[in-house]
Amino acid sequence: MSSETTDLTQLPPGPVIKRKLSRDDIVMRGGMVVIALYLVVTLAFPLYAMLSKSFSTYHFELSNYEMQVSDQEGVFDGTVLNPADLNTSTGTYSDADFSTGSDGRLPVAKLFPDFSFRSPVMYQIRNALPGGRFLVGSTLHDTSDWVEMDSNTFRRVQLRPVKSTGMDNFVNYFSTPALSNSIKNSLIIAVISTVITVTLAFWFAYALNRSCMRFKGMFRLIAMAPILVPSLLPGIALVYLFGNQGMLKELLFGASIYGPIGIVIGSVFFTFPHAFLIISTALAISDARLYEAAVSLRASPWRTFWTVTIPSARYGLISAGFVVFNLVITDFGLPKVIGGQFNMLAVDIYKQVIGQQNFEMGAVVSVVLIIPAIFAFALDRYVQSKQVATLSSRSVPFQPSPDAKMDRIFLIYSSLVGLFIIGILAVCQFAALIKFWPYDLSLSLNNYQFDKMDGGGWGSYYNSIKLGLLTAVIGTSVIFFGAYLVEKSNGFRLGRSLFQMIAMLPMAIPGMVLGLAYIFFFNNPANPLNWIYGTMAILVISAVTHFYTVSHLTAVTALKQMDREFESVSASLKQPTLKLFSRVTVPVCLPAVLDISIYLFVNAMTTVSAVVFLYSPKTSLASIAVLNMDDAGDIAPAAAMGMMIFYTNAAARILHLIASKGILRRTQAWRAR
Amino acid sequence: MKLKVSTLTSLVVSALFATSVAAETELTVYTAVEAEDLARYAATFNETHPDITINWVRDSTGIITAKLLAERDNPQADVVWGLAATSLLLLKAEGMLEAYAPTGVEKLDAKFVDGDNPPAWVGMDAWVASICYNTVEAEKIGLTPPTSWQDLTDPQYAGHLIMPNPNSSGTGFLDVSSWLQIFGDKEGWEYMDALHNNIARYTHSGSKPCKLAAAGEIPIGISFAFRGAKSKAAGAPLEIIVPSEGVGWDMEATAIVAGTANLEAAQKLVDFTVTLGANEMYNTGYAVVAYPGVAKPVEHFPAGLLDKMIDNDFEFAANNRASILAEWQSRYDGKSDPK
Repeated sequence: MSSETTDLTQLPPGPVIKRKLSRDDIVMRGGMVVIALYLVVTLAFPLYAMLSKSFSTYHFELSNYEMQVSDQEGVFDGTVLNPADLNTSTGTYSDADFSTGSDGRLPVAKLFPDFSFRSPVMYQIRNALPGGRFLVGSTLHDTSDWVEMDSNTFRRVQLRPVKSTGMDNFVNYFSTPALSNSIKNSLIIAVISTVITVTLAFWFAYALNRSCMRFKGMFRLIAMAPILVPSLLPGIALVYLFGNQGMLKELLFGASIYGPIGIVIGSVFFTFPHAFLIISTALAISDARLYEAAVSLRASPWRTFWTVTIPSARYGLISAGFVVFNLVITDFGLPKVIGGQFNMLAVDIYKQVIGQQNFEMGAVVSVVLIIPAIFAFALDRYVQSKQVATLSSRSVPFQPSPDAKMDRIFLIYSSLVGLFIIGILAVCQFAALIKFWPYDLSLSLNNYQFDKMDGGGWGSYYNSIKLGLLTAVIGTSVIFFGAYLVEKSNGFRLGRSLFQMIAMLPMAIPGMVLGLAYIFFFNNPANPLNWIYGTMAILVISAVTHFYTVSHLTAVTALKQMDREFESVSASLKQPTLKLFSRVTVPVCLPAVLDISIYLFVNAMTTVSAVVFLYSPKTSLASIAVLNMDDAGDIAPAAAMGMMIFYTNAAARILHLIASKGILRRTQAWRAR
Repeated sequence: MKLKVSTLTSLVVSALFATSVAAETELTVYTAVEAEDLARYAATFNETHPDITINWVRDSTGIITAKLLAERDNPQADVVWGLAATSLLLLKAEGMLEAYAPTGVEKLDAKFVDGDNPPAWVGMDAWVASICYNTVEAEKIGLTPPTSWQDLTDPQYAGHLIMPNPNSSGTGFLDVSSWLQIFGDKEGWEYMDALHNNIARYTHSGSKPCKLAAAGEIPIGISFAFRGAKSKAAGAPLEIIVPSEGVGWDMEATAIVAGTANLEAAQKLVDFTVTLGANEMYNTGYAVVAYPGVAKPVEHFPAGLLDKMIDNDFEFAANNRASILAEWQSRYDGKSDPK
């Protein structure tokens, strides 16, 4: 009896406590689903469309046709020939000949070894199956009617391929050295540029964080300048500096700037601020106690550097390395301008799609390009997840002490880097103002007459500003709200972590690939969203999606600083979450919101790769104009337009700074004690 | 009273409607014509047809062709005005062109009109390959001017030559297809093998080699005559050389895109493109136009260019395009990495 009452396992199960979904929860989950759907439609679906395109192949199907041949008098005896059987007996074409692109053509007269275009023999051909297609000259025949012709016309008959799926495109790609060599080229350039940029940026950041040299604020500003221009602008400057008519071409000792040298120098320029920012953040946090310990252990400065400084900055260095690697390998504008005959993957996509209209092969190269990009991205995330806090509450911030000699060396070094950055920009501005380099060096504003150039004119400049503003406003709202929902909603764990994962994806997808995927997805007439193709909307969507990840992370970081108590308090006060969001969260996070919007604006102004496949003449952009004017040989106007982008972005930055200061004073007073 | 008002309203509405119909026929016209000419073309057309607005979609030949092919199942363009005939043949082979014989087409030179009846496309003008030769820079390094395509394989020009990549430029393809026609298949590729040894690099656009030659970036650029004449007029120290073997050419042509919702307006536009006035308009930039007897000499255009135009087989060029480009790519692309 007593055993019955004490057996705890026999206790009846308590009631299952099921949280009741409040209306707020429903609104928040609904919002999250909507934004997740946005990401699926603008990212996952297009990528799927592209992937399936890369497996879509074309081949000639001889058995789809039927032919008849007359005797010497032009009389047909009714025997129907199958081209496939003919080929088996003559062996004219091998299996490899049947694999082709969408534009492929196969002359059919070659199936007759004794064919002569002078003979009086007559021929008939027809499509035996619906969907078959052949050309007589360039006239398309896609019905099953017999077409009769003389032998001279018959030699103009070309079979057209049928669509199927398979690995043929990939086999083709890897068996064409002209294409697959680009993998090696891209990897080599990306590695070299990464090593150089990270090294340069590390010492620059070191000088700014760990020395007492002068003009630190100015150097910080200069280091960020390259972020304000399209990546192809340094290429244009390099033409003026080291081209055959270059000002400094002797410095190259006869080597050509058009090729790997030019790509590496330009890549270092445009990736420098990214590396500098990350490393600088890593170096800014340091524990002085470690250095004191090193000194008391009589470690040499060299040893201290390798055992204290580098290890504490290692996550920053690794992260900077991956970011630079990814930027270089996916960049399209720079190798296009300065790459000469040196093929890179991103340029190959452009050449396949624009030059040869071979969309399938473009999709294949895109898939190939995604692999190193995703790999670098995944490794970076993995390394980041290993990072633990190096700064504890007991840390003492490191304060650099003056050292006349070292400070002078750092000042010289920083000045050289600064000179490189300013020099590139100054050369572009100079080139833009010269009338006709190198024969007429008088100054003129002729190069600013964009309407007379093949690029899109001044309209493209205004379009760019419009795109920048729209991207900033729409992007910031969507991304920040999305980050809020995922960060502050309750329960729904699976959905939230799924959302976080999708939000990380855009960073791993190169802009060119995204753009091409959009063609496949949105230009499909069966797609109900087809109407946005060729409008400003698709440019905005592609820009928002392409730059989603960094903005999302910025928002999440800012939101993490806010205690979840706010949500509990507002819930207990029976205030809707959305009210809390607009009255408390947004004002508190305003610095982050402003940062996200300026980030989106500047990137929308400078991106080429994300929009090069998507602009229409009505929505031509300044960055595209730079590309197209350079392509047409109007290099000086291209430089002029590039500098217009620079000044606009610089102005936007200054406005952002002023606005932040003003707004911060009003909304962030609580932060001051 | 009430009736009166409603009549008035309906009158006003119908008047508004009528004007809006008249003024709002918009044609989306795809073109590869140089940007500086577009506004002039539209203005001349609007003198006679003020009711039709042209929305230009302008890009290089390759991009416009790619765009049209990509939009095969959902055409956005109403008319193509000013695109290479080889490109239009590709579109025709896809059944994308609406055959139409514009009023007065019989007055045009027959080689400028598609062979079918009614024609799928009609030509406007021709652009012709040429060599842009920078006399100042050539003198500095002591080059002698070439007179033929074969001359360009001479070792003295090694590294001083630029030509457009046929895989991304219509002008580049025109050169390659013309060499294959002039020299024959085997000798044509042998010629390009030799030429390749002298080429500094291949550009993506057809006008860039000449502009680079004009800027002294390279002494010799294989480009087209019109571009050379323009750069020369702008003051560049250029000589425009017409190689003695003959030069390749392509024509700009016009066609209606099948499935257009504005067929009537499209036909009006194509009617206009074959008129005497339109051909006079093309003549400003092109020495060769479709309407016989119109062409006046263009300043700085090389003499004797017309006689050197080869008997171009557009069908050969269009039907062998894919295989020629693949062959070119496997021979020259990516093998010339600077050492």
